[in-house]
Amino acid sequence: MKILVAVKRVIDANIKVRVRHDGSGVETANVKMAMNPFCEIAVEEAVRMAEEGVADEVVLVSAGPGPAKETLRTGLAMGADRAIHIVTEETLEPLAVAKLLAAVAAREDPGMILLGKQAIDDDCNQTGQMLAALLGWSQGTFASKITIDGDTITVTREVDDGLETVALTRPAVVTTDLRLNEPRYATLPNIMKAKKKSIDPLTPDELGVDITPRLEVLRVTDPPAREAGIKLETAAELVDKLVNEAGVL
Amino acid sequence: MAVLVIAQHANGALAPASLATITCAREIGAKGGGEVTVVVAGRDCRAAADEAAALDGVAKVLISDHGMYENASAEALAALIEPLAVDYGHILYPATTYGKNAAPRLAALVDSQQVSDIQEVVDAETFVRPIYAGNALATVRSKDAVKVITVRATAFEKAAPGGTPARVEDLAPAAADGLSRFVGAEHSASARPELTSARVVISGGRGMQSGDNFVLLEEIADLLGAAVGASRAAVDAGFVPNDFQVGQTGKIVAPELYIAVGISGAIQHLAGMKDSKVIVAINKDEDAPIFQVADYGIVGDLFEVLPQLKAALAAAKQG
Repeated sequence: MKILVAVKRVIDANIKVRVRHDGSGVETANVKMAMNPFCEIAVEEAVRMAEEGVADEVVLVSAGPGPAKETLRTGLAMGADRAIHIVTEETLEPLAVAKLLAAVAAREDPGMILLGKQAIDDDCNQTGQMLAALLGWSQGTFASKITIDGDTITVTREVDDGLETVALTRPAVVTTDLRLNEPRYATLPNIMKAKKKSIDPLTPDELGVDITPRLEVLRVTDPPAREAGIKLETAAELVDKLVNEAGVL
Repeated sequence: MAVLVIAQHANGALAPASLATITCAREIGAKGGGEVTVVVAGRDCRAAADEAAALDGVAKVLISDHGMYENASAEALAALIEPLAVDYGHILYPATTYGKNAAPRLAALVDSQQVSDIQEVVDAETFVRPIYAGNALATVRSKDAVKVITVRATAFEKAAPGGTPARVEDLAPAAADGLSRFVGAEHSASARPELTSARVVISGGRGMQSGDNFVLLEEIADLLGAAVGASRAAVDAGFVPNDFQVGQTGKIVAPELYIAVGISGAIQHLAGMKDSKVIVAINKDEDAPIFQVADYGIVGDLFEVLPQLKAALAAAKQG
């Protein structure tokens, strides 16, 4: 089975973003970028499936400007076989990305597509579900466990009140949650090896997809700030404040 | 046009997040979106439909009582809602795992760029939503014919009964696609209140050192009638299950009182709790970022402070 894994380049999760003064967005110039953490989990899962012999090829896809290649290279160093880079300077929304991935899926014919459940920049949590709808495939979102048995993909899902298990008929789209695995660090030999793996460029036009943004971002602002409060010495003092000052007990 | 709400419900009652979503729908309705219709799909869901019909501001309830919808399959739900979309300018889901799973599937079928997790309605096509774990707020305008939206439950009041009861109409189930099959669920059994609707939440982080030590939080939770939560670090470390997680990639909570114990205050955790009314932090590191958002802080060893807090709360309760 071939597994397609979608990855996104985002501002590194450890960076505190700054809103631009003109309200046009957040500052991305000279800011450290990295692979979205949930995408890393998706790559790791696919590579493990290849190592276990469940998958025979792992193909990465990313859409975005030139540097998206670096993110693909990271995934190749983790163990993916090859990559596809959909090159565009346009701002991409989840629906457009889902359409691009659907077009790639039509060419590649994978048995499963893995994505992160959410990108930590726009926090949309949409692309995998949209992709499944466009392809007419089933979806297993927020996966904490994936097992493959013939044509059935069994997914344990993290839901608000616990865990839920669904059996999907292949091909299917699965999105990853936090506890699915712990992604590896690429070793130096694998980083060197990844330099020789192919990254094939494609354009939205070649895929026949209209990626014009649908949403107009009117402004981006700082959230209301919360003031630091006071430090107390004892638990008894705290309870007194909660009862008599804050009135929440 | 009108506003459609897809209601999450369980055991014959609407989920609290559905009530907040209905309030959001009324706001959109009042700003030009039209009247509010609620869809209740599930098995034996008549009581939830009747509850929706009695809410103030709900004009119509569509009920689809069928086993196919028992387990909230996104595939089945999208097939049920898609044919209705032409009659509605807005389709709203709560931003719970139920809505997050289901809404984008429908959005793609009706070719709409969903607006996720809105916390404010500016007008019928303009909404405010958090990005970057709530470190920025984006005001976005959608021109899509059908606006598919998920609603942040903590940002809206819960709808209450009132007004003229709405009519309840049957909605015929859609054809089954057989793409996915529900195997089973393991629901966390807890006598404590649910995390996202609790009045008080006490959460533990990496500083708790082990899952066993969460009993220290549970004892205080029981005194306060509180829910117990955790930071992503505590979940990552395997102390507690993921459904405890408060944060950007877990649950969003906004209780009256939030007590963060042994939590440093990573951006991703603050995203899930910084709208709480009162925040208390207990941490041995006085420079921990959690103190920058806490109304009250105690710098100290949580293994000393928690027993003292428990005693002080018990004393206050008796007094």
